[in-house]
Amino acid sequence: MSSSIKTPLSNRIKADGSVTTLEEYQVEYGYQGLKKALDMGSNDLLNLVKDANLKGRGGAGFSAGLKWSFMPPAETNPGPRYLICNADEMEPGTFKDRWLMEGDPHQLVEGLAIAAYAAQAQTAYIFLRADYDLCAERLEAAITEACQAGFLGKDIMGSGYNLDMYLHTSAGRYICGEETALINSLEGRRAIPRAKPPFPQVSGLFGKPTAVNNVETLCNLPHIVHHGVEWFADLGIGEDNGTKLYGVSGRVKNPACWELPIGTTVREIIEVHAGGMQDGVKLRGFLPGGGSTDFLTTEHLDLAMDFGTIAKAGSRMGTGTMILLDDKTCPVGMVLNLIEFFAQESCGWCTPCRNGLPFIRQVLQDMENGLGKTEDLDRLLELCGYIGIGNTHCALAPGAAEPLQSALKYFREDFESHVKNQCCPFGNEKGSGKADHSHAAHTHSHETA
Amino acid sequence: MSDLIATNAMPGTSNWREAIDPLTDAERLEIEHLASHYPRAQAATIEALKVVQEYQGWVSDGKLKAIADTLGMSPDEVDSVATFYNRIYRRPVGKTVVTICDSVSCWIMGYRELQEKLCAHLDTPLGKTTPDGEITLLPTPCLGACDRAPVAMVGEKLVGPLNVDELKALVDQVRGQKL
Repeated sequence: MSSSIKTPLSNRIKADGSVTTLEEYQVEYGYQGLKKALDMGSNDLLNLVKDANLKGRGGAGFSAGLKWSFMPPAETNPGPRYLICNADEMEPGTFKDRWLMEGDPHQLVEGLAIAAYAAQAQTAYIFLRADYDLCAERLEAAITEACQAGFLGKDIMGSGYNLDMYLHTSAGRYICGEETALINSLEGRRAIPRAKPPFPQVSGLFGKPTAVNNVETLCNLPHIVHHGVEWFADLGIGEDNGTKLYGVSGRVKNPACWELPIGTTVREIIEVHAGGMQDGVKLRGFLPGGGSTDFLTTEHLDLAMDFGTIAKAGSRMGTGTMILLDDKTCPVGMVLNLIEFFAQESCGWCTPCRNGLPFIRQVLQDMENGLGKTEDLDRLLELCGYIGIGNTHCALAPGAAEPLQSALKYFREDFESHVKNQCCPFGNEKGSGKADHSHAAHTHSHETA
Repeated sequence: MSDLIATNAMPGTSNWREAIDPLTDAERLEIEHLASHYPRAQAATIEALKVVQEYQGWVSDGKLKAIADTLGMSPDEVDSVATFYNRIYRRPVGKTVVTICDSVSCWIMGYRELQEKLCAHLDTPLGKTTPDGEITLLPTPCLGACDRAPVAMVGEKLVGPLNVDELKALVDQVRGQKL
């Protein structure tokens, strides 16, 4: 029986990189979850997903069912409603949604249709980041096939439910992943986050009730509906339910992405699945779930990778894709690279983010270049406070502060040795490369002028 | 803003007195089709810019005015959107755009050497186009393929993990095909 499947999201994804076709997707129970969802009605469906306690896999870990329940009831609030799939995967170090969309696009189409029905939306959009060209091609084809097969469009499988689904391909910028910035971008505007409240569930896309869910979250839905809540709960190891896509990048033997029971330990993920560190390097620390999560260290290896456990340790599980810091890599340089990313991707709306991140970047760059001062360590911590939660328009700058503040806690001696020796002990004086290249670009233009 | 990432902004002030450069039939049809996905035509702005870019390689002032006309917007409104997104080019770029990821996993795995050596090989700094107009080199934030770090995109093709020689050979191959 198919309920023994331990990797429901990934078990149809082929190792050769080719796409799972509609026929292959339907071999087991493809689109039967949607049929069952339509049969049970949107209220029962919403309650089922609430009971399953499916936590959002985009990073925040918020209950998907609860999210939809904040939309005003469709019966008393007629008019357009929207369901958006957030496929703007741009968190540094994150490469899980690409795997799902390239490998098994029909799973996302079905999951999105189920979510749209639960939210009583008539239109669904997949907001796909730029650069995911293969995903775009395969999702577009899957939507067309699903329409032709009667799984989308008018009166889906005789239920009377109508759903139009469209793929929207973006044109860059990390901030599009913030759900209200995403909504502005989908409306054809600059991707600047909106003030909340009102939350999108009340006033979202085109001012209408809107829910936004991550790719991996949506891909869980066909399986939850088909197998039920108990099956889903049994998949997880600890307090959370289901599986999770975990990834590891950095200097390991086998960097990759795997679907494992949610709550698998960090040690098992790094040592068993990623094959351990490459020869000659030792693990020093890791960002558990992308570039905007706090560092943890080797003392945290036996923690379960679930939302609650990692939060208790002072970080966030985030997207579940870890970036490893090894003993041959400079922690100051690594944080500088992350801050450069966040400074560049700031939308520029609020001052703490727009001015604070470049300021931090300069302090770190000076430190790498051998110009650090003792007081810089305290100054960096102070700056983290200025860009923290409550001081900014959205979560971008507070997220940027997380790797920095935790690096100052766990790798303080590295910052101190940069200052003391007036150089980067890792021979990293060029910093993370960007400042160096802008210099090269200027030199070049002088030469050719 | 440095030269590196300025391909989405025109040097100086855009001059809206420049004549409108009408959309081709193919461009117009595609844009109208995309606009039909939304209750308001403005929502198709980004996709319209991408359609023009697909055919023209970049978005000129004249084409931008044509998009504004089609979607019922002012040119300034369209330009304010165009300049926000780093994958919209408001200056001419080479026939193939090569982007090298400079985010954290690729940094750990040594993207800098890749970037430096490719710039030297093409004798072209980041943000610029080779003199023959074939290749534009750009940095890019995380490409979402960190298990394959360091990664790059050559046109629409994701490549990685790459050493310097492999990337040089790939870029030369693309250049050779187009010469």
